[in-house]
Amino acid sequence: MIALLRRDLVLAVRAGGGFGLGLAFFLVLSVLVPFGVGPEADVLARIAPGILWIGALLSCLLSLDRIFALDFEDGSLDLLATAPVPLEGVSVVKALAHWLTTGLPLTLLAPGLGVLLNLPPAGFGWLVISLAVGTPALSLIGAFGAALTVGLKRGGLLLSLLVLPLYVPTLIFGAQVATQGAAGLDVGTPLVLLAGISAGTLALMPFAAAAALRINLR
Amino acid sequence: MLSVRGVCVARGGVPVLEGVDLDLEAGQALVLRGPNGIGKTTLLRTLAGLQPPVEGQIEMAPDLVAYTGHSDGVKATLTVVENLEFWARVFGQGDIAPALAAFDLEGLVERQAQNLSAGQRRRLGLARLMVTGRPIWMLDEPTVSLDAASVKMFAASVQAHCAAGGAAIMATHIDLGLDGLVLDLSPYRAIGRMSAGGFEEAFE
Amino acid sequence: MSFWEFANPKRFMQLSSRLLPWVAGLSLACLVVGLIWGFFFTPEDYRQGSTVKIIYLHVPAALMAINAWLMMLVASLVWIIRRHHVSALAARAAAPVGLTFTVIALITGAIWGQPMWGTWWAWDPRLTSFLILALFYMGYIAMWEAVENGDTAADLTSVLCLVGSVFAILSRYAVLFWNQGLHQGASLSLDKEENVADVFYLPLLVCIAGFVLMFLALVLLRTRTEIRARRLKALLNRERMA
Repeated sequence: MIALLRRDLVLAVRAGGGFGLGLAFFLVLSVLVPFGVGPEADVLARIAPGILWIGALLSCLLSLDRIFALDFEDGSLDLLATAPVPLEGVSVVKALAHWLTTGLPLTLLAPGLGVLLNLPPAGFGWLVISLAVGTPALSLIGAFGAALTVGLKRGGLLLSLLVLPLYVPTLIFGAQVATQGAAGLDVGTPLVLLAGISAGTLALMPFAAAAALRINLR
Repeated sequence: MLSVRGVCVARGGVPVLEGVDLDLEAGQALVLRGPNGIGKTTLLRTLAGLQPPVEGQIEMAPDLVAYTGHSDGVKATLTVVENLEFWARVFGQGDIAPALAAFDLEGLVERQAQNLSAGQRRRLGLARLMVTGRPIWMLDEPTVSLDAASVKMFAASVQAHCAAGGAAIMATHIDLGLDGLVLDLSPYRAIGRMSAGGFEEAFE
Repeated sequence: MSFWEFANPKRFMQLSSRLLPWVAGLSLACLVVGLIWGFFFTPEDYRQGSTVKIIYLHVPAALMAINAWLMMLVASLVWIIRRHHVSALAARAAAPVGLTFTVIALITGAIWGQPMWGTWWAWDPRLTSFLILALFYMGYIAMWEAVENGDTAADLTSVLCLVGSVFAILSRYAVLFWNQGLHQGASLSLDKEENVADVFYLPLLVCIAGFVLMFLALVLLRTRTEIRARRLKALLNRERMA
C-alpha cells in the first residue's frame, strides 16, 4: 500500500505526470474572474471565497480521470486486482495520492490567490481550513467517479457529469465556511458538517469505488 | 493446484467457451491453443479471478496466481528497477536480482521504461512474474515482440519455475520447446448459447 | 401469483401486455377528469387568481419526479440482490420518465412563479433541490448510454443510483442549510398543506392518480421496449456465433 502511494506520487511528479497543471488552471481561473465581474474591490471581496472554492473544485476535477485510467490502460490495474492488496485499499491510496498532488497544493496556493481577489483578512484562515477539510472529500468522491468510468472511451466528459452533482454538498458547506469566516461570522456548524462529509466519504466511497472497479475489470 | 470443472466463460455477456475441464499440478506447464477469438484471454482472466465464470467450478487456493496480460503494466516514467521493486513490494517480496538476471535486464536497470524497446519492455513485464513469489503463472501471449534469444530466456525461466515446484498456464502460438501439456480449446467453443445469466433462457 | 413472476421476462411481457391498455386508459381517464375539473370547475383562489390552477400539473409532476427516483432505487437494489434483468431494465426505463417529470415540475413552477413572485426563478431550497435532482437523472441516463455491455451497465448504474441517492438526500439538506442565511424563507415556500382547500384538493387527488398511472404505463411500455431491444441484440449475437 505504501509502495503504491509512493509510486503514484513519483509518477505524478515526474515529467508528463500532470502535476502542476491543476494548480496552473486554478491560477488562470482566479485571474480571469476579475475580467468577468469587474475590478471593484468590494464585489471581489464578497465573491472571493466562493470563486476560490469553485476554482479548487474544478482543478480537482481536471485530474480525476487519471486516478484509474492510466493504470487501466497499461494493464497495471489487472495486476493490482490479482495482488494481495484489496481494491478498497487501492482506492483509498489512489484517492490519497490524488489529494496529496492536487487538494493539498491547491489549499496551500489558495491564500495567494485570495490576495488577488481581495479576500478580507479574516477570511484567509478559514479558507485554508475549509479547503484542507473539504478537498479530501473531493478526491474520494472523484475516485468513485473515476472507477465508474474507467473502461470507457470519452470517460472524462461522463466523469464530470457524474461527479459534479455529487460535489454539491461538499461545495455548499465548504464555501459556507469560507464565506462566513470572511464575513467574521460563526463557522462552527458548516465546518462540522463539512468534516462529517469528508469522514463519511472516507468510510463509504472506497467500497463503492472498489465495487465499480470489479465490475469494470470483468 | 488448480482444478477446473465444466467452466463456461463469457466475453461481453456472450459465452465463448463452455464445459472446459482442466487440471494443473505443481511442476506442470500447460499451453492453451486455439484460433483467434476462441476465448483464451477470457479463460485466463477468469482463472485469474478477474471475472466470474458463468457456470462451473474453479478450485484453487487463494493468492496463488501471478497474471500477466497483453499489456505489461510497466510505467513509462519509472526506471526498470523502480518498476520491479514496486511490484516486489506490493507482493511482499524482497529480492529482485534473480529476476533481473533471468531476463538479462541488469544492463538496463537505471533506464526509464519509455526508453526501452518493445522486446525489452516485454522482458521487464515477464520479470515481474518472478518478483511476485506466486506459484501459478498465468500468461497471455507472453512471447509477443520477443526475439529468439529472449524466447529461449523465457522458456528457461518457465522451466526453472516449474522445476522449483511452480506451475504455469499460458496462451501462446509459439512452440517454446517445453515438454509441457497442450490443451486445444476448439472443442469447447460455445455454440448457440445465449447471453449469460439466464435472461435469454427465460424466453425459451 | 408471486410478485417475482414479473422477473421472468417472458411472463413480464405477457402480463404487461395485458395490463398496459388498462393502466394507460385509466391514466387518461383520470387526467381528463382531473384536469377539466381542476381547470374549469374550481373557484379561483382569492389571492392567486386563476394562476393557482397550475398546481394540477405542477404538484403531481413534482411528486412523481421524486417517486420515480425511489422506484429506480428499489429496482437497482432488486437487480443487485436478485439479479433480475427485468428489474434493471425497468430502472433504466424509468429514468427518462423521471427526468421529464422533473423538468415539467421546474417549468410549471417557473410559469407559476412569474406572476406570484415576480420572477421565473429563485434559489429557493425546493427549486434548487429539483434542479440538482435533474442533474442526477442526467448522469444516470448518460451512464446507461455510455456502457455497451448490458450487465456491466446495469451493475454500474445500480451502484451509481445507490450512491446518488445518498448524495441526493445530503444535497437536499445542504441546500436547506445554504439558503437560510441568504434568502427569505416562508413567503416563497411551496408548502401546499397550509393553503390548499378542499375544493382544490379532490381534483388534485384525481390528477395525482392520473400521473401515477401515467408513470406506470410509460415505465411498462419502455421496459417492454428495452426487453425487446435486449432480446434482439442476443438473437443477433447468436446468429453471428452460429
